[in-house]
Amino acid sequence: MAHTSRSVRNVSRDELKEKARMIRKEVVRLTDICGSGHYGSAFSIAELLSVLYYQLLHVNPEDPGWADRDRFTMGKGHAAIGLYPVLADLGFFPKEDLDGYTRLGSALGDHPDMRKVRGADFSSGSIGHNLSVSVGMAAGLRLRGSPARVVCMMGDGEQTEGQVWEAAISAGHWKLSNLIGIVDINKVGSDGETQKIMDTAPLDEKWRAFGWRVLDLADGHDLDQVFDALNTALNAPTDQPTVVLADTVAGKGVSFMEGTWQWHLGFLGPADRDRAYAELERELT
Amino acid sequence: MTTTDFPPETTVREGFDEKSWDMVGSLALSRQLTTGKTLIELAEAGRDDIVVCTADLGRPTQVHDFGERYPERYFNFGIAERNMVGAAAGLATAGFTPVISNYSFFLALMACENIRNDICYTHLPVRMVGTHSGIAMGFYGTSHHCNEDIGVLRTMAGLTLMAPCDGNAIRAALPAMMDHDGPVYFRVGRGREAPVYDTPPDWRIGGSHTLRDGDDATVFAIGNLVSAALDAHDRLKADGIGLRVVDMYSIRPIDREAILGAASTQKVLFSAEEHNVTGGFGAAVAEVLADEGAGARLVRIGMPDAYSILGPPTHLYRHYGLDGEGVAATVRQELGR
Repeated sequence: MAHTSRSVRNVSRDELKEKARMIRKEVVRLTDICGSGHYGSAFSIAELLSVLYYQLLHVNPEDPGWADRDRFTMGKGHAAIGLYPVLADLGFFPKEDLDGYTRLGSALGDHPDMRKVRGADFSSGSIGHNLSVSVGMAAGLRLRGSPARVVCMMGDGEQTEGQVWEAAISAGHWKLSNLIGIVDINKVGSDGETQKIMDTAPLDEKWRAFGWRVLDLADGHDLDQVFDALNTALNAPTDQPTVVLADTVAGKGVSFMEGTWQWHLGFLGPADRDRAYAELERELT
Repeated sequence: MTTTDFPPETTVREGFDEKSWDMVGSLALSRQLTTGKTLIELAEAGRDDIVVCTADLGRPTQVHDFGERYPERYFNFGIAERNMVGAAAGLATAGFTPVISNYSFFLALMACENIRNDICYTHLPVRMVGTHSGIAMGFYGTSHHCNEDIGVLRTMAGLTLMAPCDGNAIRAALPAMMDHDGPVYFRVGRGREAPVYDTPPDWRIGGSHTLRDGDDATVFAIGNLVSAALDAHDRLKADGIGLRVVDMYSIRPIDREAILGAASTQKVLFSAEEHNVTGGFGAAVAEVLADEGAGARLVRIGMPDAYSILGPPTHLYRHYGLDGEGVAATVRQELGR
């Protein structure tokens, strides 16, 4: 079946910058509510999320279950704190719901729950699951003749999970051209630098060998580059699944977090929180 | 079965020794595994939402024919159980009703966490058929025995757990549960079991079938132990002992009324399963009795809390007291008769 492209929304680069800033500021604010959060993991995907949700993905906040919507799944579910502000901003749920982030009975936890969060296409939290889920989604949608595409955001640490490669084999075998993987290569994880913990290089050759088209995204924070890579992945015809290897910076946007594994998870006290807010305001204006 | 009866794909034809068989001949013996036939019937009746998933076990679990008939709706993942379970969940979100057919030990144990997070936590309508449960694989060894799946799966909220004990029970169970809102796991055997039902029985969540009545004691049985209990009933009848036999095909939720009804009139009850007695079906029966403060004593017949030894299946059933003679002996001993 031919790959189906879908229309792209015209959004200015300034507007996308503001969306990415909004994501990062909300991550700081929401983490302040619960006292612990994945700053680094969410900051590294802020531009990727912005381009996806504000330009490329076809979703409908009025009808979150729309059968032909594009799907977005999170292999790295711990970055859901970056997704929630986007879903609220798009109108999937009231922005006030964000204020109760992680509080008793809230729908919004550190990892997404598809049964509780309007707009979340699948639950996650166990690393390595969601590319498999996305394979099933893509196969099912293709069988239905749907134009929908499935985008799975993975971490670079996640590339050590064997199940990722089971999923990669099957997507290549079935030539699921409506499946797009993104690897957020922010180079850090819970135990430090991902490549020191377990060397997964060369990722491009591995994915290619598994039957995927590989797109290298040299700077996952440069909005033009991000758009070009993701637009090609979603809208340029191919007969293979596509993976975007996105080089990113953990903690991007806050100087003392950038490139550190230490801020994969953490908490900012009031003074440092304000310092982070100030940097986020400055950095992208 | 002789070589002339083997299905068409066999390579064992004229010129072969009459004792020879290939995989095609062997698999044809699993006549009670009616999953594929039942799903084809459902598809023929208009169920175009059914998709079948397996992990290189479509032939041994008897769903290969569905794949031949409906290749677009048949997904063989190769030996990748966790990927299969996740993808089945994805297929369910796209509006399909996936039926997974795989060996129980690889499905329920290897992909346990995927079943939990991708199918149960998300409450998706995936149907899992775990075959070759218990010690049915005999001398293939302990790695291929599955005496733990009930224990693991019984703790997963929202999962309906059922044990169709023969081919007709599978033919009843699958159609009855196809529209159920939520995941279902069917624990079935290797397919070589002695049949219990002549026609597909009634099938409902939380139901059971009393197949024989008896005043002295009741055995609540699942799977292979249903036919063993029926055999035990006949053996004990000759000794003047009345044994009620109940097929407790719905493991979770369980038929509490059947258990409490027996407990109100009988002093000794038996549970019988091809599973570790710790945390298994018998434990579920015990929970009901304890919850209600029922006075009856429960004797759990099943696999001991140890790794099973290997041997030919029939020898293993005898060794572990899981055949008719073994069940009858346990009942006699516990009743002191």
